[in-house]
Amino acid sequence: MKKTIIISLLVVAMVASMAIVFAGCDFDGEDEFTIGAVYITSQNEDTGYTYAHHSGIKKAMETLGLKDSQLIIEDNIPDTDMDATRTAIDNLVGKGCDMIIGISYGYMDAMEEAAEKYPDVIFTHATGYKSNDTNFNNYFGRIYQARYLAGIAAGLKAKEINNNKIGYVAAFTTATAETASGINAFAMGAQSVYPEAEVYAKSLGTWGNIDLERKTADALLDLGCGVISQHCDSAQPQIAAQDRGAFGCGYNSDMTKDAPKAHLTATVWHWDVYYTTAIKEAMSGKENFMEKVGKVYYKGLTDGLVGVSALSDNCADGTQEAIDAVTELIINGEWDVFSGVKLSIASDGTITKTDAALKTNAGVVIVEAGGASVDDSVITGTMNYLVEGVKEVS
Amino acid sequence: MEILSLFIASVILYGIPLLYATVGEIMTEKSGSLNLGVEGIMAVGAIIGYLVGSKADSMFVAMLFAFVSAAMLGLLFAFLTVTLKANQNVTGLTITTFGLGFYFFIGKACSSNWITLGGNFKKVYDNSIGIPLLSKIPVVGEKLFSYNIFVYLGIVIAILAFIYLYKTKAGLKTRAIGENPAAADAAGINVNAYKYINIIIGAGIMGVGGLCMGLNMGGTFEGSNCWINGYGWIAIALVIFAKWNPLWAIAGTFVFGFFNTLQVYRGIFVESFPNALGWLSKIPIEFYKALPFIITALVLIISSVRKKKVPDEPTAIGLNYYREDR
Repeated sequence: MKKTIIISLLVVAMVASMAIVFAGCDFDGEDEFTIGAVYITSQNEDTGYTYAHHSGIKKAMETLGLKDSQLIIEDNIPDTDMDATRTAIDNLVGKGCDMIIGISYGYMDAMEEAAEKYPDVIFTHATGYKSNDTNFNNYFGRIYQARYLAGIAAGLKAKEINNNKIGYVAAFTTATAETASGINAFAMGAQSVYPEAEVYAKSLGTWGNIDLERKTADALLDLGCGVISQHCDSAQPQIAAQDRGAFGCGYNSDMTKDAPKAHLTATVWHWDVYYTTAIKEAMSGKENFMEKVGKVYYKGLTDGLVGVSALSDNCADGTQEAIDAVTELIINGEWDVFSGVKLSIASDGTITKTDAALKTNAGVVIVEAGGASVDDSVITGTMNYLVEGVKEVS
Repeated sequence: MEILSLFIASVILYGIPLLYATVGEIMTEKSGSLNLGVEGIMAVGAIIGYLVGSKADSMFVAMLFAFVSAAMLGLLFAFLTVTLKANQNVTGLTITTFGLGFYFFIGKACSSNWITLGGNFKKVYDNSIGIPLLSKIPVVGEKLFSYNIFVYLGIVIAILAFIYLYKTKAGLKTRAIGENPAAADAAGINVNAYKYINIIIGAGIMGVGGLCMGLNMGGTFEGSNCWINGYGWIAIALVIFAKWNPLWAIAGTFVFGFFNTLQVYRGIFVESFPNALGWLSKIPIEFYKALPFIITALVLIISSVRKKKVPDEPTAIGLNYYREDR
């Protein structure tokens, strides 16, 4: 009998102390805003896609004066694995996160589900197209504007070396709008300074295949390309260009350090621009977040979300002036890439606007001469063609 | 014509690491051990060889360290499977996991002061040695018959491995162990010693192949992408394709490399010869990707249908030898 009483007392004491501990946790968590992030690869990387987002989030938190402990990460979550994504989100919500960031396209459906399951948590998803009215938004950027600027650098260099063939190593070509819009904008940028420029785009059919990226760049160089641009993960296309004495434009990070003799400039993201706004507004509640940030956040050069890295010494004369002039046009809202107005940039940087239809390389008119830009939904969702002057090398 | 010679040159240059890995694995498998750690062993050889070679600015040092570091992993594999009788498949997979982890660990640790490929080291790698006479053929000769040291060394190693396995007494003993270790033991062959030597040298050769791959990638460390990129696994398939014969491995490497590179050059050919080769683009790209594996399957089928007296595949492969069980 005595034993039973002691055991019962012990059990009660244990339960009570656990309750106190949990209550303590809750108490700690409640007044602090906590951010959860789902990453596709490791948070410890020092280059690449996850790194770009992670450093953006860290920078935003620093700007807003948040502590490191206010960020909880679930990393190495494959975006093809719906269950893993669900579990990661459940874990983050369980740990008291008020806002959950998903950086990869494939998290979209799991996040949509979770937004319904956890109506008090804010969900924000990069690169997809789904959102809701209350607590789930989507964010991406007008990276095509930066691609146009890189195209100018490539076009001027191609003109200088008198070789109108420009290669473009892309994870995909027309299969996704993200890559197709990038190739098109880049080609149009190159043509604005060098009308004879032809872009030879070659699809890898996959992301993250270092040796295929290298070989594809080599093949395009063998075809006679003098400048190589890329929409893939590694710096191999730039290194391949350097080995042949050619030039190139990188992506995601300034690749001048990888190929100092070849690299011109890279198209880069400044994710901290979004994360600073998003986290700041989310801290004042989900209604405020949805109102201020919006269901679909889609910003570009104007807000500094995208840009080009510092030009290297390899760039042709007048590159900076031409890029600055076009940047100004875009920032002022006077012009956008996929419209019926074509830019011609003279060697001294003066820009002439002419009305010209935007046509695919099969001759189909997309925008009539003088017409307004295509809808954002085309650029992010349905652009499945390549423009005039782009040749797909199958 | 020039584009064709560039294509062949690309096939050979990017295919050659496979030859090292395949020959290394053939030596291992002929002694009755199935080493699935090729990918990891190549990765370790690559990064150690590259870093030490860059520091010393010497290709010889790079190759030496690639060989030795990879051979150390071979030693580990041999110790675990031959002496401790651990399961070969599991041990091999563990070595792959370990090797790749080691690669990224070392790569990250050094990434802030990474030594870019340069100096004498790069000069030796870039230095194409022309085959006398052939490399003097106009237009195609210079590209088609002139390669860096890794290409020649790989072919020499494959030939030496063939001579060793099929023309020497030691090779005969090795093969005997691969077929029937108990009989070999009864004949007075030191089974464990032979297994150790073959596994260690085989792994060392794989390491040199890894170094070659790293140099083909320009020696830059990419955060989430390993230089070896699955070539270790392809090599294991190539061993079957080559029917455990190092000379066939030379042919196998280039057949494999041919189709592997063809998917990249298909569009270039169509662009350069729209009339003659335009049909290439009609075939879906997935078919090109699958071709090497389809051919491997065909080789397997043909060789099993032919029922030779002595099978190509070592009979005792993958089985640990327990002397007490005789």
